Amino acid sequence: MISILRSIWLVFLHALHRRVTVQYPEQAIRRPPRFRGRIILSRDPDGGERCVACYLCAAACPVDCIALQAAQDEHGRRYPAFFRINFSRCIFCGFCEDACPTYAIQLTPDFEMSEARRQEMVYEKEDLTISGPGKYPGYNFYRVAGLAIAGKGKGQAENEQPPSDPKTLLP
Amino acid sequence: MITIYVDNQAYQAKAGGNLLEAVLSLGLNLPYFCWHPAMGSVGACRQCAVTLYKDEQDTQGKIVMACMTPVKEGLRISLQDRQSRDFRARVIEWLMANHPHDCPVCDEGGECHLQDMTVMTAHDYRRYRFAKRTFANQDLGPFVNHELNRCIACYRCVRFYNDYAGARDFSVLGCHNTVYFGRSQSGPLESEFSGNLVEVCPTGVFTDKTLKEHYTRKWDLQTAPSICVHCGLGCNTIPGERYGTLRRVQARYHSQVNGYFLCDRGRYGYEFVNRPERPRTAMIRRDGQLAAASAEAALAAARELVGSARGLAGVGSPRASLESNFALRQLVGAENFYSGQAPWLDDCVREALRQLQIGPATPSLRQVEQCDAAVVLGEDVTNFAPMLDLAIRQAVRVEPMELARQLKIDLWLDGPVRELIQDRRGPLLIASPAATKLDEIARWTYRSGPAGVVRLALATARELDASLPVPDGLDEPTARLAKEVAAALAKAKSPLVVSGCGCGSVELIQAAGVLARALAKVNSAARLSLTVPDCNSLGLAMLGGKNFRQALEALRLGRADTAVVLESDLWDLAPTDAVESALAGKRLVVLDHLPGRTVQRADVLLPAGTFAEADGTLVNNEGRAQRFFQVFPPQGDIRQSWRWLGDLAGRNWPNLDAVLAELSSALPDLAPATGAAPQANFRIEGLKVARQSHRYSGRTAITADVTVHEPKPPDDPDTPLTFSMEGFDGIPPAALVPRFWSPGWNSQSALTRFQQEVNGPLRGGPAGVRLINPGSSGGTAVSAVSGESDQAGPQAGRLCYQKLLVVPAWHIYGSEAQSMQSPALAGRAPRPYLGLSPADAAQAGLQADQRITAQFDGQSLSLEARILPSLPRGLAVLGMLAGQPAVQLPAIIDPPPKGAP
Amino acid sequence: MSPTAVYLVTIFGLLIAVFTLSAGLIWYERRLLALFQDRYGPNRVGPFGLLQSVADIVKIFFKEDWVPPFADKPVFVIAPAVIIVATLMSFGVVAFAPGVMVSDLNVGLLFFLAMSSMGAYGVALAGWSSNNKYSLLGGLRAAAQVISYEVFMGLSLMGVVMMAGSFNLVRIVQAQERMWFFLPQLVGMAVFMVAGFAETFRIPFDLPEAENELVAGFHTEYSGMKFAFFFLGEYIGISLVSAMLVILFFGGWLGPVLPPLAWFFIKTFIFISFFILVRGSLPRPRFDQLMAYGWKVMLPLSLANLVVTAGILLWRRS
Repeated sequence: MISILRSIWLVFLHALHRRVTVQYPEQAIRRPPRFRGRIILSRDPDGGERCVACYLCAAACPVDCIALQAAQDEHGRRYPAFFRINFSRCIFCGFCEDACPTYAIQLTPDFEMSEARRQEMVYEKEDLTISGPGKYPGYNFYRVAGLAIAGKGKGQAENEQPPSDPKTLLP
Repeated sequence: MITIYVDNQAYQAKAGGNLLEAVLSLGLNLPYFCWHPAMGSVGACRQCAVTLYKDEQDTQGKIVMACMTPVKEGLRISLQDRQSRDFRARVIEWLMANHPHDCPVCDEGGECHLQDMTVMTAHDYRRYRFAKRTFANQDLGPFVNHELNRCIACYRCVRFYNDYAGARDFSVLGCHNTVYFGRSQSGPLESEFSGNLVEVCPTGVFTDKTLKEHYTRKWDLQTAPSICVHCGLGCNTIPGERYGTLRRVQARYHSQVNGYFLCDRGRYGYEFVNRPERPRTAMIRRDGQLAAASAEAALAAARELVGSARGLAGVGSPRASLESNFALRQLVGAENFYSGQAPWLDDCVREALRQLQIGPATPSLRQVEQCDAAVVLGEDVTNFAPMLDLAIRQAVRVEPMELARQLKIDLWLDGPVRELIQDRRGPLLIASPAATKLDEIARWTYRSGPAGVVRLALATARELDASLPVPDGLDEPTARLAKEVAAALAKAKSPLVVSGCGCGSVELIQAAGVLARALAKVNSAARLSLTVPDCNSLGLAMLGGKNFRQALEALRLGRADTAVVLESDLWDLAPTDAVESALAGKRLVVLDHLPGRTVQRADVLLPAGTFAEADGTLVNNEGRAQRFFQVFPPQGDIRQSWRWLGDLAGRNWPNLDAVLAELSSALPDLAPATGAAPQANFRIEGLKVARQSHRYSGRTAITADVTVHEPKPPDDPDTPLTFSMEGFDGIPPAALVPRFWSPGWNSQSALTRFQQEVNGPLRGGPAGVRLINPGSSGGTAVSAVSGESDQAGPQAGRLCYQKLLVVPAWHIYGSEAQSMQSPALAGRAPRPYLGLSPADAAQAGLQADQRITAQFDGQSLSLEARILPSLPRGLAVLGMLAGQPAVQLPAIIDPPPKGAP
Repeated sequence: MSPTAVYLVTIFGLLIAVFTLSAGLIWYERRLLALFQDRYGPNRVGPFGLLQSVADIVKIFFKEDWVPPFADKPVFVIAPAVIIVATLMSFGVVAFAPGVMVSDLNVGLLFFLAMSSMGAYGVALAGWSSNNKYSLLGGLRAAAQVISYEVFMGLSLMGVVMMAGSFNLVRIVQAQERMWFFLPQLVGMAVFMVAGFAETFRIPFDLPEAENELVAGFHTEYSGMKFAFFFLGEYIGISLVSAMLVILFFGGWLGPVLPPLAWFFIKTFIFISFFILVRGSLPRPRFDQLMAYGWKVMLPLSLANLVVTAGILLWRRS
C-alpha cells in the first residue's frame, strides 16, 4: 500500500524534472562519431579513391543492397567502375564498414536522407564519394599492399625489400 | 577397404593411397599445398603434418607428412593433437611471412586455397616484423597474370607446367628464400595448358587475365554446369556470369573426360558471348536492309517464309546442341535436313562415327592417360583436340612406370617416380604431315601426307594380323618402322590408336580402324580414339542429315527456295562462289549468335543463345552425350535455338524435356541422350539447384539504377537449376554441379569433397551417357582400305614437283570460329598462311612471310608463305583459320606464284 | 425562457461540454503523461498541441467503418452506443452547481450506480459480438470485474448516504457545508476511488483490454468511429467518476471566493489528473490478484466502514 503511494508520489515528482525529448528539427541532435548513418566512400590522404573494389562490403551486406564492378587503371590500380547502394534497402548495420579492408566505405552521422520517391534513394559512386579520408585519416592501403600501382613500384611499399634478383646465387 | 584410426575413431579407407588422400576422402580437414590430386605427392610444403602413433599405447607419436605416408591397415594418426596442430600453425606462419597485404586486390581472394588453409590452421596474426621479400613480375601473355610476391613456393606450378603438361618455357630460378617461378624473360607462356596454372596455384600468383578485365569474385558469379564448345572432346566446364556478361570459365572435374584441367582455348574462348558485334536483336530484311524488329514480328516473318516456301533446306550445325539440330530437322523434315559441317570434314566425321560403331571401343580421356602405347595417325592433337595432347603426355609415362612398380615405389610418390623414370617414355608414334608438339615425347615420328600415313597404318596392321593384305607401294623405311611399331603395340598392355578428322582423309580414319581392329585381335584392351572438329560433330552425324554439298545442289537447282540456317556460316562451309550462286534469289532464315556473312545475308535473323544462354546436349568424340545448362537467362530477343525453331514449327515445346522426348521417339538411337542429366522436374529436398552461391551479393542493388523494384528471378522451366541463390546448395548429382564449394573450402580444392574418392568419380552418379556401343550398330567391319583412292595427287615419298598436296594445319588459337571472337585468343592466332617445305619454297622462289595467292578449286586465297622444315617435299599445309574463305581439303594446287608485293 | 427551453439548453450544453471535454481530455492525458515521463507529448498541432484531438477526430472520421464479416453485426454496432449512453445518462443527475443540473433526482446516487453498471453491458457485448477469442476474453473479464467491484462501490457510498441522510446529490453536497465527507469517510472514499478505477477500466485495472496479453481486449476488432466511442466512453467515465468523487466526498461546488461552478470544475480536474497520474505510475495486476483484492480486501473494508459509520451515527444520535 505504502509502496503504491510512494510510486505515485515519485512519478508525480517527475513532473518537475527536465524533459529529455530533443525537439529535433528545431534543435540540433548530437550524434557520436560512430553513429551509423549515410554511407560514403572516402579518399586516401593522397586524394586517390580508397575503394579497391574488393566486393567484401557487397558480400557482407545482409540485405544485398551494394553492387559494384571492379576495374583497373593502366597501372593496375583497382577501383570501382560503378558503385551503387540502394539506400531504400539499407539497414545501416555497418557490416560493410566492418568488412572494408581499406577504410573506404564509412558510415557517417548524417541521417537526413529521406526522399519522396524510392528511386532517389539509389546512390551511385558520384553521390557516395567524398573528398577526404573520413574517420580514418592517414591510412593508405596501397602503401601497405604488395601490388604495384602508378607511383609505387614493386618493393616500395612499407616493410618491403627491393625486388630480389632471381639471377643471383649470392646469399 | 582397410581400417585406420584418426583421433581414436575408426574409419574405412582405401588401401594403396596416401594418408592425405584418405583423410580428404573421409571428409576431414587437413591443410596442404604441394599435393595435387592429379600430380601426386612431393612432400615439399610440410603443411599436411599429422601425428602418427605406433600403437594404442603410444602417447608420444611422431610427426609425419600425410601426403608421404602410405595408408596401412590399423594406422593410428591424430589431426587434432597439440603437437601436429602447432607444427602446422608454424609452417603456415613461415609460408605467410612474406605474403603481401594484398587480398582485397587479389583476384584469388575468396577462392584462395592459401586463405582457406590459413583459416583452417587458425593463423591469424603476423609476428614477422621484418621487410618482406618482393619480386618483379613478368608479362606472361594474354591469359595468365603474374604476381609473384604472393608465392609460397609450393612448386605446384612447375610440377604442372613442366612435369605434367610437358612445356619447357617456365621454371624455377634463383635460390634460397628468393626462388622465382617464371620464364627466363617476359613473354607469352607457350603451353596450350597455361590457364590451368590459375587453378593449380594455391594462391594468387597466377590469375586469370581475362577475368581481370571484368573482375568478379567467385561468390558473385552465377554458374551452371556446362560443356566446352570449342572442340570435339566435350570437356566439362563451369562458366561464370555477372551482370549479364560471361566472366570466366573454369574446369569442372569429370573423372572420365577432362579430369581437373582445361586447355587455353576452352578456358579463354568464352568471350564471344560478350562481343558487342554479336547479333542480339531479331531482324527482318526490309528494302534490302536488315532492320531491327520485335521477336514476335521476326518469328511471324520467318513463319511466313517457311510456310510459303516451295522447298526447304535446313542446315544444321556441329556447334549447336542435339536439341537445336533436332528441332530444325523437325521443322524442315528429315529429307531436307543437311549437315552444317564443311563437306570434306562431314565425310570424315561420318566415317569416324562408322568406325566407332564398329569398334574397338573408344577410350575416354582418362583411359587414354592409362594407355601404355599409342600411335597418332595424321593428327596434330595439340591443336585439333588439345586435351588429348595432355592425356597422351600422361600415357607415355605409363610404360616406364612399370619400373617403379617393380621397385615397389608407390606411384603417387611423384618425386621418386619421376626421378626413376627420367626421360624414359613409352612407345608413341606420331605420323603426321608436319611436325607437332608431341614429337618431342614420341619414340617415332613419321612425316608424310595422308596417303603415306594410311600406308604406314595398314603396314602396321598387316604386321599384327597376317590375314590383311600388304599395302601397295610400301617402301623399305616405312615397312621397317611398321614392324617396330607393331612389335611395341603387340607388347603393350593397353595400346591405343589415335586418328581423326584433322587430316580431312576418310581413308586415314578407315586405316586407323583397320589397325585398331588388328590390334584388338592381339590384345582385346586395344582402343581406337578418333577426333572430330566441333563440339557436336558426332551428334550432328548421328542425326543423319545429308551432306552440305547436297544442300547447295538443292538450292541451286531450285528444289529448295528457302534455307533455314542454324548456327552456321555457310561461307565457312563451301567456296564463296558456290554459296553465293546457290543462294541467289533464295530466302534465308538465320539463327546464330556469331556475326558472319550468313547473318549479313539473312532475310530474317533470329538471335540465338550461346552455350551460356541455352540448354542442350552435346555429343563428344567418344559418343558421350553431355548436357550443358544456361548460365544466365538470355537478354532481349535472344532465345535458345531449339525454342525459336520449335515456335517456328508450331511445336511449342514447354521445356527441353519435351524436345528430348520427341527426339527419343523419332531417333531411338539417340534416346539415351535423355539421361545425360536429370530432367527439369528433378528436385533435391524439394529444391532446385541454385545457380548463385549463398553469398551472392547485390541482389537488391544490381538493377536499382533502372528501377528500385526488384524483378522476380527468371523462371527456368527447362532444367533442375534456378537463377537464384535460393535452392539446393549441397552436393547435387554430378551433371548438375554448378560450383565446387564446401564449408571452409572456397577454392577449387573443395572438389575433393565432391569426389567419391580422390581422382574418383563425382558423388551423386555419373554425368553424361555414352551413345555408341561398338558392334551394336550393325556396321560391317571393313578389313582393308584401298590405298588407291587417295593416290590421284602426288604421294609423299614419290616426289612429284609439279603440284602440291595441301592438307589442313589446325591451330588451337584460330581454327575454331567461336573462340576466335575472344580478343585474348584472337591475339595469339597466326595470320592466314600456307606452309611449304623448304625445297618447294626454294623451287617456287618464295621467302618466309612473303605474300602469295594460292589458287584452290573455286577459291583463291591471299596467304603468307611459311617455310616448315618438317614438311616433306610436295606437301603443303594450309592454316585453318576461322573466317577465311572455305576451301575443300586435302587439295591439289599449283605451287603458288608470288603475290603482288 | 420557459422551463423546457432551460431544460433543453442545459442538456445540450452538457452534451457539448462533456464531448468537448472528453476530446480535450485525450490531449490532456497525453500531455500530462508526458510530463510525468519527462517528455513533451503532442505539441505539434496548434498551440501546445491543443488541436491534436481535432486532428485525431478528423482522422478517425475518415477511417473506414468496418465490421468484421465474422462479427455478430447488430450487437457489434450497438455495443459502443450502450457504453456512451450509459455514461452520459449518469451525467443527468450530476449536480454541477446550485441549479446547474439536468435532473434533481431524489435517488440520484442510485441512478448513478445503476447507470455505471450498465456500462459493463457495452463492454461484454462488444467482446462477445466480435467473435474473436481475445475480445471475448476481454469482455468476460470486464463483466467479472464490474460485477465484483460494483458490489462494494455501492457499499462504500452508504456511509455518505447515512451521513447526508439522502440519495439526492444536491442534498449530499449541501450536507458537506461544515465538513467535507472525505475526512469522516476516508476509507469510503478510498474504496470508492479504487472501485471507480475498476468501473472505468483504467490502469491499473484495465484487464479487459490488457494489450500485452489480449491484443486490445474487447475492442480488438473495432476501428473508426466505433472505436472512438469506446475511447470517448472511457474519458466520459473518468470525468463522471471524478465528478462523483467531488460531489460525494469533496464538497461538490462548495468553496470560497470563486463561483460554485468553477470550484466544481477545479476539483474535478484535480481528480482527473490523479487518474492520469495513477496510470503513469502503477502496473497492472494479474486477474486473480484483481479479484482477490476486490473480494478479500475491498469488500470487507467497505463493510467495516459501513458498520463503523453506522455505529458512530447511532452512538451520536443516542
